[in-house]
Amino acid sequence: MSKRTRSNPLGIKLDRRAFLKGAALGLAGTALPLNKADASFWEAFFQKHFREMNETEIKKVIERLEKEYGQKYKKEIEVGNEKAIPGVLFGYGLDLSRCIGCRRCVYACVKENNQSRDPQIHWISVLRFKKGEKWIDLENSERYYNPAQVPEPGYFYMPVQCQQCENPPCVRACPTQATWKEPDGIVVIDYNWCIGCRYCMAACPYGARHFNWAEPNVPQEELNPETHYLGNRPRYRGTVEKCTFCIQRTRNGKYPACVEICPVGARKFGNLLDPNSEIRYAIEHKRVFRLKEDLNTYPKFYYFFAYGL
Amino acid sequence: MLGSRYKKFIYSAALIAPLSFLLFSYAEPAERDIPKFFVPPPPFSEGIFPCSQCHKYMPVNRKQRKLEQFHTDIVLKHMPGGWCFDCHNPDDRDKLRLANGKLVSFEESYYICGQCHGVVFRDWKTGLHGKRTGMWDGKKQYLLCVHCHWPHEPRFKPIQPLPPPVKPTDIK
Ligand code: SF4
Ligand code: SF4
Repeated sequence: MSKRTRSNPLGIKLDRRAFLKGAALGLAGTALPLNKADASFWEAFFQKHFREMNETEIKKVIERLEKEYGQKYKKEIEVGNEKAIPGVLFGYGLDLSRCIGCRRCVYACVKENNQSRDPQIHWISVLRFKKGEKWIDLENSERYYNPAQVPEPGYFYMPVQCQQCENPPCVRACPTQATWKEPDGIVVIDYNWCIGCRYCMAACPYGARHFNWAEPNVPQEELNPETHYLGNRPRYRGTVEKCTFCIQRTRNGKYPACVEICPVGARKFGNLLDPNSEIRYAIEHKRVFRLKEDLNTYPKFYYFFAYGL
Repeated sequence: MLGSRYKKFIYSAALIAPLSFLLFSYAEPAERDIPKFFVPPPPFSEGIFPCSQCHKYMPVNRKQRKLEQFHTDIVLKHMPGGWCFDCHNPDDRDKLRLANGKLVSFEESYYICGQCHGVVFRDWKTGLHGKRTGMWDGKKQYLLCVHCHWPHEPRFKPIQPLPPPVKPTDIK
């Protein structure tokens, strides 16, 4: 069997078994190429869980990451750390009577959130259903439709992405607590803490989590340099990622990228605790439903048909 | 048997009810629930506004006909049987005109649309209908109805979708 190595943030190839053997003997350093065993490597290796770090520790980690990313992408990359805004619980609405299935949202999300282009990762999937058929049958929906023009007569479309469950099974499944729910309801991942076991992917009923099988590949000139530690900062091979309601935008008051791009305005976003928000208006005045409600995941993503039906 | 006092009350209520309806329907449109933030000005075709540039000295022709010299691209597929002056003001073309005779500017064209599409108008004012951009907790930017709907043929034109995702079987 060939020796398995796992790349790490610094790109040091480390033979895991040799390292563990050394560690067991109290000789952790023996497996390391000494010339590369600098302070930065040890810092990355022993980085604490994000929620256990204090402000100065977070600041140090972010400085290190910005330096690493800067070297890798040859441009200045900002890693933000905006906290949840008190009194805010984010909610999302999607008007199925208006979505035309154009996939503008899918690609705006890829661009904003630095998803890998090849191998391809899409956080949003747009599903197509035939009108009049039993349709919440997600397994039989079509996501590879490719007509010359949309909307097509006789069909409707339903984009699916992370539903930011209030009771998220993905969080419960994670053995390392690398993923958790923030006070504003966004379910986040610490990519430095994720071990890539993919339990969360198995647990998520919405197919909303995605795994980096290969080194994520984002062209240098397309990389969005405005990032958040828990959101769109560059990811590593072997980690899971997902929609975060554009945490880097929404915690600064902006709408998510998919809302901004949607040409028909089918996407709605706001604070569930604000009675004047459009999302509250939708919940109070339209017949909203949530996907797979019977699983008690309590998504904060509401679908509705504003007109017709 | 109802007492006469009750009768009087019922009569006066019956009288006031239709009157108050008139009162409300003639009231100015409520300004306070109109959103404050708009993105661009109305989407005029280039060089066409003010309309009075050309129309000032032209006689008003109320006859329904096919337009052959100007505005030839306009085929009225909205409200069949309608005509320009259902919305455009014949005497001052730089204004639009509501059914009750009130003139509104092109910046306020939502009042025109709201005359028939009341439910949509209400949803639009709260932010549910139409596209919202900007800040979810601050300066929201609204579009006018006519930014998305060509008023003479309001149905959304189909567009080309972006490419489908790569099938798992096609990943190398
Ligand atoms: S951009 Fe809007 S209309 Fe197009 S697929 Fe996404 S939600 Fe639907
Ligand atoms: S949709 Fe999936 S990834 Fe998102 S919170 Fe729910 S279980 Fe987790």
